[in-house]
Amino acid sequence: MSFAKATASVAILAAAATAASAQGREQVQVAGSSTVLPYANIVAEYFGESTEFPTPVIQSGGSSAGLKLFCEGVGENTIDIANASRAIRPAEVETCAANGVSDIIEVRIGYDGIVFASQTDGPAFNEFEPAQWYQAMAAELPQDGEMVSNPNTNWTDVDSELPDAEILAFIPGTKHGTREVFEEKVLLQGCEDTGAMQSMMDMGMDEDAAEEACMAVRNDGAAVDIDGDYTETLARIESNPQGVGVFGLSFYENNTDVLKVATMGGIEPSTETISTGEYPVSRPLYFYIKGAHIGVIPGLKEYASFFVSDQIAGQGGPLADYGLVPDPELAATQQKISDEETMSADAS
Amino acid sequence: MTAIPDTPSRPSSILEADARTRKRNAAEKRFRMYGLGAIFVGLTALVLLLTSILMQGLPAFQQSYVTLEVPLLEDTLDPSGERNIDDIAGVISFGYNGLIEQAVEDAIETQGIEIEGLDDPAEIVSNQAAAQVRRFVLANPERIGTSETFRFLTTSRVDQYYKGQVTMASAERDSQISPQQLQLAEALAEAGLLEQSFNWNFVTQPDASDQRPEAAGLGVAILGSAYMMLIVLCLALPIGVAASIYLEEFAPTNRITDIIEVNISNLAAVPSIVFGILGLAIFINFAGLPQSAPIVGGLVLTLMTLPTIIISTRASLKSVPPSIRDAALGVGASKMQAVFHHVLPLAGPGILTGTIIGLAQALGETAPLLLIGMVAFVTEYPDAPPEGFFDPATALPVQVYNWTQRADPAFAERASGAIIVLLVFLAIMNITAILLRRRFERRW
Repeated sequence: MSFAKATASVAILAAAATAASAQGREQVQVAGSSTVLPYANIVAEYFGESTEFPTPVIQSGGSSAGLKLFCEGVGENTIDIANASRAIRPAEVETCAANGVSDIIEVRIGYDGIVFASQTDGPAFNEFEPAQWYQAMAAELPQDGEMVSNPNTNWTDVDSELPDAEILAFIPGTKHGTREVFEEKVLLQGCEDTGAMQSMMDMGMDEDAAEEACMAVRNDGAAVDIDGDYTETLARIESNPQGVGVFGLSFYENNTDVLKVATMGGIEPSTETISTGEYPVSRPLYFYIKGAHIGVIPGLKEYASFFVSDQIAGQGGPLADYGLVPDPELAATQQKISDEETMSADAS
Repeated sequence: MTAIPDTPSRPSSILEADARTRKRNAAEKRFRMYGLGAIFVGLTALVLLLTSILMQGLPAFQQSYVTLEVPLLEDTLDPSGERNIDDIAGVISFGYNGLIEQAVEDAIETQGIEIEGLDDPAEIVSNQAAAQVRRFVLANPERIGTSETFRFLTTSRVDQYYKGQVTMASAERDSQISPQQLQLAEALAEAGLLEQSFNWNFVTQPDASDQRPEAAGLGVAILGSAYMMLIVLCLALPIGVAASIYLEEFAPTNRITDIIEVNISNLAAVPSIVFGILGLAIFINFAGLPQSAPIVGGLVLTLMTLPTIIISTRASLKSVPPSIRDAALGVGASKMQAVFHHVLPLAGPGILTGTIIGLAQALGETAPLLLIGMVAFVTEYPDAPPEGFFDPATALPVQVYNWTQRADPAFAERASGAIIVLLVFLAIMNITAILLRRRFERRW
């Protein structure tokens, strides 16, 4: 019966291993935005090698997915920090509260620029205006008092100054936080600049409907939603020399040998122009800490303070090297973490 | 007079094919050509795939290193001068960058290298260098104030220059490296301080952040995969074999066993992501097991592998001729004795082959791991089992997925390198399965 015995003992061993309950979690668990991910990785690496705490574990998956995991509840099998490339939404705060996650500390780590880049030897896309992007990307444009579907197929149709190339733009898909920024800071801006918004309202649309029409992107193939990450956008640009892609500043800075960037509204994107607010298309990046986990998970508060310390997130630190635009109000953020100031306290 | 009847002439010779035979032969010939064509297309695809992966991935096993003498300045490392280990540990690795810069400048001076317009010469050294020096200083605080020779990784751009991915022209446009820095690398190489060597770190070291592609390795991923395979083996093999023995040898044939049988076949066809959703709901949210842990991954993959093992085990039990059972029962063995003494040993090789193929399938699986938090940045090795089963880890296919998403082009090479490692493991497992079958299989 040796085989049966062997099988039985293996089964018992396995059951014992499974039954051995997990002891207290030692490392910080983080999940969320793929835009924040590289920064979080860099900080985690420095944190792990410079402190006695273990390196935090960072998952990606997107801002919404991260916040969803974050709001699942408190306890060791839930994450401690959610990275987000947008601010948490009121609905998410409610879900969180319903699941017992009430003490949320909001930490703004800096700003990320969104740039418009194309192949180095492609058409000369060097200068863009929000208005041009609106006219190239809108699903419908107002014309003689009615909405007609976008007739522009070539960049020269939009503006004779632009290079003669078919309109083909690779823009972030709707699940990305970047898409919101693109819609609000570029399309909506362009819509207002061209006066299209005004003419829509003259046509009898209310403001909300007009804004929505401004941000509706055409779906006839000229605008391609990229649901993956920037590496996918880059691959598309490489196979379509005429294409223009939307990238994060840090991604562009890591690939300047194959990409060339265009100015927006006459301003070249750089950490300087973004921190001064001159470059229009940028957004703040955040992470959210579960207050209830501070003091339970070792190193959680230390990781958060380490993240926003001057040495790391400040000017000349590794995050700025990688393309994060340092937050001018970093000192306030540091104070906020050391006081464990939660969002509910903010509101009251 | 009756005429002699004409002998009818033979319609055709058997040595000469008639039209219908020719048609049938041609059809057969065409069919063979189609078959050959299909094999040819398949082989070409395989060769193309392998060549492209090998071309892209093999360079990951070579890495550039630079040897530098680093002054361990007391001012930077231990300003108080008391050699208090806590004070020394208070200097984070980022603070060591000044020393690396100093070391590169020293090397430029002693080698008499002159390059016009050279900025930030220390940018050719990996960010990992500071961590390396810091680790050394903390282990040997008495060496502060002296200088020490280190072998550092170069930054990925310098490394890629030697692999032909970065050129002087591309460096001109690159914000991460300048042609002058590449010239410096060349000058150091001439002086014998910078060389390429085999990169064991790629297989042993943990993952590294986006700023240090040159330091990223597969250590944690290989361990995580190994732990999960161990769990799958320990759980799926006994459960699967027990289930199939019962179903095949003992269970009555009725409606219930029919339903079970159909459902096992159905389970084998369920997309693997479904098992991930199940794992998240049951093992993490309900049972409270930790996120990103190999134990959860192993359990999920066990569920996924079970049907494969059950189906192959039942097939090999079925292939044992009934005469063996009858003979055993005839000399007075109980049913259980007949199964365990005679049938199971004969079915063993088939069961093992099925198990190994199931494991190989589980090894390459990414989708269910996405949902249980194993697609993560993990740089700490998990402990030894069984505690290590609960520590965070990644897995080989997950590491490939992770690296393809990184911005730095050097990670593309590493992703292909990781695919090579994964393929090597899969090949080893499949070859073992074939060898076992060849060695032990009994034919009747």
